[in-house]
Order: sequence, then C-alpha cells, then structure tokens
Amino acid sequence: MGRTLAEKVWDEHVVRRADGEPDLLYIDLHLIHEVTSPQAFDGLRLSGRPVRRADLTIATEDHNIPTTDLDKPIADLVSRTQVETLRRNCEEFGVRLHPMGDIDQGIVHIIGPQLGLTQPGMTVVCGDSHTSTHGAFGALAFGIGTSEVEHVLATQTVPQTKPKTMVVTVVGDLRDGTSAKDLVLTLIAQETTGGGQGYIVEYRGDAISALSMEARMTICNMSIEWGAKAGLIAPDEKTFDFLHGREHAPRGVDWDAAVEHWRSLATDDDAAFDKEVVLDAAAVEPFVTWGTNPGQGAPLSADVPSPEDFAEPNQRVAAQRALEYMGLTAGTPLRDIAVDTVFLGSCTNGRIEDLRTAAALIEGRRVAGSTRMLVVPGSVRVRLQAEQEGLDVIFKQAGAEWRGAGCSMCLGMNPDQLAPGERCASTSNRNFEGRQGKGGRTHLVSPEVAVATGVLGHLAAPSDLATV
Amino acid sequence: MEKFTTHTGVAAPLRRSNVDTDQIIPAEYLKRVTRSGFEDGLFAAWRGDPDFVLNHPAFAGASVLVAGPDFGTGSSREHAVWALQNYGFRAVVAPRFGDIFRGNSGKSGLLTAQVEEKTVIAIWDLLDTAPGTEVTLDLLERTVSAGVGLAQVRDSFDIDDYTRWRLLEGLDDVAITLSHADDIDTYEATRPSYKPATL
Ligand code: SF4
Repeated sequence: MGRTLAEKVWDEHVVRRADGEPDLLYIDLHLIHEVTSPQAFDGLRLSGRPVRRADLTIATEDHNIPTTDLDKPIADLVSRTQVETLRRNCEEFGVRLHPMGDIDQGIVHIIGPQLGLTQPGMTVVCGDSHTSTHGAFGALAFGIGTSEVEHVLATQTVPQTKPKTMVVTVVGDLRDGTSAKDLVLTLIAQETTGGGQGYIVEYRGDAISALSMEARMTICNMSIEWGAKAGLIAPDEKTFDFLHGREHAPRGVDWDAAVEHWRSLATDDDAAFDKEVVLDAAAVEPFVTWGTNPGQGAPLSADVPSPEDFAEPNQRVAAQRALEYMGLTAGTPLRDIAVDTVFLGSCTNGRIEDLRTAAALIEGRRVAGSTRMLVVPGSVRVRLQAEQEGLDVIFKQAGAEWRGAGCSMCLGMNPDQLAPGERCASTSNRNFEGRQGKGGRTHLVSPEVAVATGVLGHLAAPSDLATV
Repeated sequence: MEKFTTHTGVAAPLRRSNVDTDQIIPAEYLKRVTRSGFEDGLFAAWRGDPDFVLNHPAFAGASVLVAGPDFGTGSSREHAVWALQNYGFRAVVAPRFGDIFRGNSGKSGLLTAQVEEKTVIAIWDLLDTAPGTEVTLDLLERTVSAGVGLAQVRDSFDIDDYTRWRLLEGLDDVAITLSHADDIDTYEATRPSYKPATL
C-alpha cells in the first residue's frame, strides 16, 4: 500500500526503531529562541555534553525584544537577561545567532523559510508550538519542549511516537475578501481545539494548491490550534519557486537532485489516511473569534453566540466563561463590537504578502480615531522589503504605528501589551485569556479583517469598507 | 529525574476544560533562565481570586490536580510543567491533554494520568463533598483511586508504555539515546549532500 507525505518524511528520518519504544527521528533543522532554550543549554553544561550538530542549528531573538527604541538596551531587566543568556549560550556552544540589530533577525518561523533553510522533506523542530508553520514546505515540523530541545542539541534526534494521519481536503475557491486565515479559523471552529489531536494533518485540494507559500504557512501555522502534532502541504512548483536562489537552498546539481526527491514525496494515490475532513472554501466567510480559544469563532455576519447554543456541557461552560472574560453579550452582532487596538503581525500573518495585502486595503483610508493600529513585520528583512515598497509610508499615513520586527503583541512578553479590558483585533494565532497582556481581550482575524476593523473602529469585513 | 511509582496526596479539583498553557503560566513569568522558581506564575491570573480552588485551605499542599478535558493545550512552554512541579504537584489527572504538554511532563517527571471524563467528574464530586481527600496514583498498576467505601472512586488510567517505563525508572532520555550513538553515526553517513547547513 502507498504511503502519505507525512509517512514518507517520517520513514526517511528513522534512526532507530525498536519494539515498545518510540522511533528515534533524525532532525535536519533545529531552530532556537531565547525563551525555551536557557534550561536546555544549562542541562548540556551540567552533563558536559557538546551540541552535536551546531551546523544544523540556528538561533534568533524574537519573543522578548522591543519593537521600538531598537538602538537602546532592552529596558526590562529580566527580558534582557534572557536575551543575553541566549547570546552567551550560542557563543559558548558555537551556534549561529541572529541577534537584535542583525539583518536576518526575526520571528523564528519567519526566518527559517526566508533563509531557504526550511525545505521539503526535512524534519524541523523548535521549542515553540508554531513550528508547524514550516510544514507549508512539505517538511515534518513540530514544536518540542525544553527537555527535548536539550535532547536535540545533544543528539540531533528526538524520540517520537508515530501519530495517526489525517487529510483535510479543501475543495472550491476562496471568495474575494477571504483568505487563508479565514479558512483555517473556520476549520478550527468546526473541528474544535482538540479535533486534530494525535494526528499529523495534510492539507490538500484545489483551494490549498491555489494558495501562495505565505498563505500556506498561515494555514500550517495554526495546525497546533486544533491540537494537531504537525500540519503539512505537499511541495509543488510554488514551493520550488519560493526556494530557488535563497541563501541556503541547494544549487546546481544539488538543486536538481533535491527537486527530484521532493517531487517523490507526494502522498501516493493508494495511501490511506486514518481520518478525512472536507471543507468547502467557497462557503468560507470573513471569520473572527469571539471567545478565548481559537475554536470559539464565527463568521463576521453572525451574532455573539449564547452558551445555550452548545450541546456539549464543557463547551457550554467554556462559552459562558469566555463571554464573561471577553465582556460580550450573547446576541450582539459581531460587527457591533468596538475595538481599541489592531495588531497586524506575528508568525501567522507577519510576512511580506500580509503587509502588502493590508497596505493595499488601507491606502487612502485612516485608522478610526478611537483605535490604534500596530504593524509589526515578522522579520527585519520583511521590514526592509516593505519599506522599499513604500508600505511603511502607507501605514503611517493611515495613522498606524510602524514597528521593528519580533513577536510583539502576539504574546506580550515585550512591552507591546494590552491593558486590562482592552479589546484587540489581532492577526496572531491565540486568543487565550491574557495572551496579549493581563486582562486583554483578543479577537483573531485575517489581515484584511484587521484593516477593515482598524478603519471602522469595530469588527468589520473588507467589503464593509466599500461604503467608506 | 525522580522515579515515580505510586503517589498519594491531597487532590485539588480544577473544574475547567481547555486550560491552556498560557493559563497554567502566563508569558510574563517565562523569563527566568533556571528550572525553578516558577511556582509564583502558576495559574497567576486566577490565584488573586480568593475563591480559586488553590486558595481553599482544604487544598493547601495539594499534589494532585484533577482537571477537565484538554488540559495543557497551546504553547510548548515546559515552564508549565515546571510551574506545576515547583508548586508541589506530582500528577495531573484529566480526560485529555495537550500533546506537547504531555510529552514535556513525561520528560520532567510529572505524571499525566488520562482517565475517562466520568471518572474526573466522580473525583470532583468526591472532593466537593470531602475536600482534602487524598488521591492515589499507582503507576505500576495504572490506577487512580480516592475515597473509601461506597464513595470510593477507582479507575485505570492511560499512559503509554514507554513513558511509564521511563517514569518508573527515573531515566534521562538523553543518556538512553546516547547509548545508540552508533545508530546516529550510521544514519548521518547517509544524509544527502543537498540538505542545508546553517554554518
Ligand atoms: S509570533 Fe507569537 S506564536 Fe509566533 S513564535 Fe512569536 S510568540 Fe509564538
């Protein structure tokens, strides 16, 4: 019987297989950032172990770093210590680091693809759950914890039990004004936050093939939000075009050999998945979350649901609690919800294409007086590219703040945080209680919805802008 | 890693589902560079509420947490596991766990016992009627039990064989893998030349 893409990549990386044990998988690329690595390096030091393959490891600073006053030292002392610890560790263990101020610095999941380090058929890990982003290239990419970071540093392998496989087939075409973000939010609302648990998910179908690499990364990025171990998409011409000529992409005969191999990774026609989900892209509408987990979402045309709408008791209780936290009343049209802040950025939607889309929509318009809008490029190179294209000017003329690169308000470890009760439309991936700052209220949206919301001051779809 | 065979301790009922790792420990508490000292961040957003379960005197010193489905979803932060351990928890009982959280727990020596939802509800009810009741987790037998007589709750829990073995032996993963260094060397010799390097 044939094999799926995920199974092929998995099988190619098995270093050791034994009964009753998880497979030992070889790791092609290990990404590191300042938050989840200090205790791992400490572990190495304590046991006197070196980094086995520093040449397959790369580090950057993203979670803690400020997006303003980039020329000054980090004001928060504890953040600064964490960043400085990473610098010392990378120096001591010989790991390549892109620190603040470096042209290749940025969110870890943005810089891997940007440098051409993320390639089809690879295994990619990082002490970060959104490592699933790299699956857009047909890589098997998943988040690991700090003990596993130490394990990969010491052995370049990680023991893993093989998950089941699922395919999400997305038929039809996305309509104007909807994007990959709406698609994945719709999927998560349908399948709930636990729906993908125990599975590696392959996304395929016409709607997926039609997506750009950036949009595919948005989809794979959010795989973890419905519990999947990893999400991936078979590499195709778009994947190869994206990679060709990038700094770390193979060249010459190596390129040809690589592409030939990458083509062979596609799921075989007779391969079987453990589960299949079908979604119609044409039915997807601009989508927002109203609750405190990414599965609590609805089309923008809907009203805030009532806990009674949910049959399952846990969901009912969770909805009740979410409405309280979010300060929302059941039955309110989602479009009537006024928003204080708009955050455009993160590893979900902080790539150049996201900024281009947003800039095209906001050009000639202004952010509503009652609203502030932060635009945070995902990496320094994204920022420079945007500035070269004049996007920064468009954002600034619209009254938005143009910032330096990093995770920023996606999780509020740096100074970009919501105040208690502050309501935000955010292009990031998590609307958990307090995620963007203690007491902050998050609505997850696409870049298009973010712009429309910023301009109108309340949750809105791009089509609502036509009337402005 | 400390060995885990059986543990008996006061259990705290956390009557919530979908407790994500941002709730277990918010990002602002993740800045330490050690493995200790995270107890202050545990459930930080809820601890200020006098009605929060861990503020109830009957649950002071709780070492077993009994939670609703989808405990530990979200981010990969192992700090969530350390925060629970630093606070004094040895085990979490729930109907379903976030994958990465569960993996991290196994590596740090925190037992995650997966049981049916009705068992969790039965333990919650027992703890409501008799706060301070101890719960026993027996990893050898894979059983969870609490209470006595008619009110007794007893069930088996799920944990994969490999994690169970490592917890029972208190084994360090890295040492186990390094004992297979030959396999890694052999594998490395077969990697294609087009695979990228960072240096
Ligand atoms: S942007 Fe947000 S989700 Fe992405 S790596 Fe940074 S903190 Fe994590």
